Amino acid sequence: MVSQLGLPHLQFLATGAMWTIALSLLALLGGGILGFALALCRVSPAQPVRLLSGLWVQLIQGTPLLVLMFLAYFGFPALGWRLSAFSAAGGALILYCSAYLAEIWRGCIEAVPRPQWEAAEGLALSRIQRMRHVVLPQAIRIAAPPTVGFMVQIVKNTSLASVVGFVELMRAGQIVNNSIFEPFAIYAIIAMAYFCLCWPLSLWSRRLEARHGGAARLAAAP
Amino acid sequence: MSAVVALEGVHKSFGALKVLDGVSFEVAAGEVVAIIGRSGSGKSTALRCINRLERIEAGRITVCGHAVHDPKLPARALRLDVGIVFQAYNLFPHLTIEENICLAPSVVKRLPRREAQSIAARVLTQVGLAEKAQAYPEQLSGGQQQRAAIARSLAMEPKVMLLDEVTSALDPELTGEVLRVIEALAAGGMTLVMVTHEMGFARRVADRVLFMHQGRVHEQGEPEILDRPATPELAQFVGSVL
Repeated sequence: MVSQLGLPHLQFLATGAMWTIALSLLALLGGGILGFALALCRVSPAQPVRLLSGLWVQLIQGTPLLVLMFLAYFGFPALGWRLSAFSAAGGALILYCSAYLAEIWRGCIEAVPRPQWEAAEGLALSRIQRMRHVVLPQAIRIAAPPTVGFMVQIVKNTSLASVVGFVELMRAGQIVNNSIFEPFAIYAIIAMAYFCLCWPLSLWSRRLEARHGGAARLAAAP
Repeated sequence: MSAVVALEGVHKSFGALKVLDGVSFEVAAGEVVAIIGRSGSGKSTALRCINRLERIEAGRITVCGHAVHDPKLPARALRLDVGIVFQAYNLFPHLTIEENICLAPSVVKRLPRREAQSIAARVLTQVGLAEKAQAYPEQLSGGQQQRAAIARSLAMEPKVMLLDEVTSALDPELTGEVLRVIEALAAGGMTLVMVTHEMGFARRVADRVLFMHQGRVHEQGEPEILDRPATPELAQFVGSVL
């Protein structure tokens, strides 16, 4: 019963797109919290903390996201821990994002000029106070453009959740295609939908970069 | 008079480079000491060791009764007594001048906001920047930024202030306003240790001049030594900068 591409199909795709957004937000939020903690560990004065967090980041960055998803969805049940497709995909994405955000943010923290630390040190601020009041507020400004830019990667990478059967935009497209078999039209629509989600993020990232002159404005202090 | 700052046989290397090779000197309360010397002679490093921005390898440093050479000494107590002002001002660019000044009193001394602000108003008046409280550092000239940095340090009411080439980054026409602020501090009885290239200023304001050469205090004395150097090294240095 092959039918034409119609409104119900588009509604189904729209629901899929909603889940893509939900998965992206989950990955950003969870990955952001974990990534922030990891970034702080990466610049810790304690060498073991730095090394262990660095190892963890390298491990995640050196593993394909697809493998992480398979591990969560197919691997964990073998150990008696069954995850839903959403949890498996979400968990893998959170881990993946945390590693990349940690490295982006570590770079931003280290981009705050060393004399800023020293000035705060000279004023008797403790390490935590220096981080909280002097370094992080400046690092956040430096971090905004690359972080928003990375959100584009997150949105696109949620499409991998389709392979563990989670019905987000990509999987919704496959399902519709299985029923009406119009691969060109459907995958073109899917591509456009991803583009519509990502393009504003790219624009936003570029605007942020222009507004702050990258890190230049902060780093230009004599 | 008892020494507020005392260095005894201080050694410090950066890798294979020996920067301080047995530096000893004392600074009495209320004294103004100018450290001069060629770049690379270790004068800035010696200054930075006094408030432990650099760790020393051997020797003793005592500052306001704190044993700075003791790794177990909590840095906070030391830095509450010692203020430092840097060549590049190092104001916090994301904060207004008032916020720059209020940060340490509020966060470190836990003073209420109102009290911190009244301290900020007082020190800004002292450096002649009362009307710039709400400006951001990038909106100020170099001389104004440096005066704001001095005010920020003063707000913590240090017993000793370290000044690390505070006019070296400034255009010549802007050094005067900063030097006048420092002169007023000296006249007010503040203990000052300053690394400087301003020989005229050192001569006018300093009680004592230390000439550093190859990681040691090579010659020291009243500013008159600049006119009658005892060692050929100081004579050569004075000749090259005048």
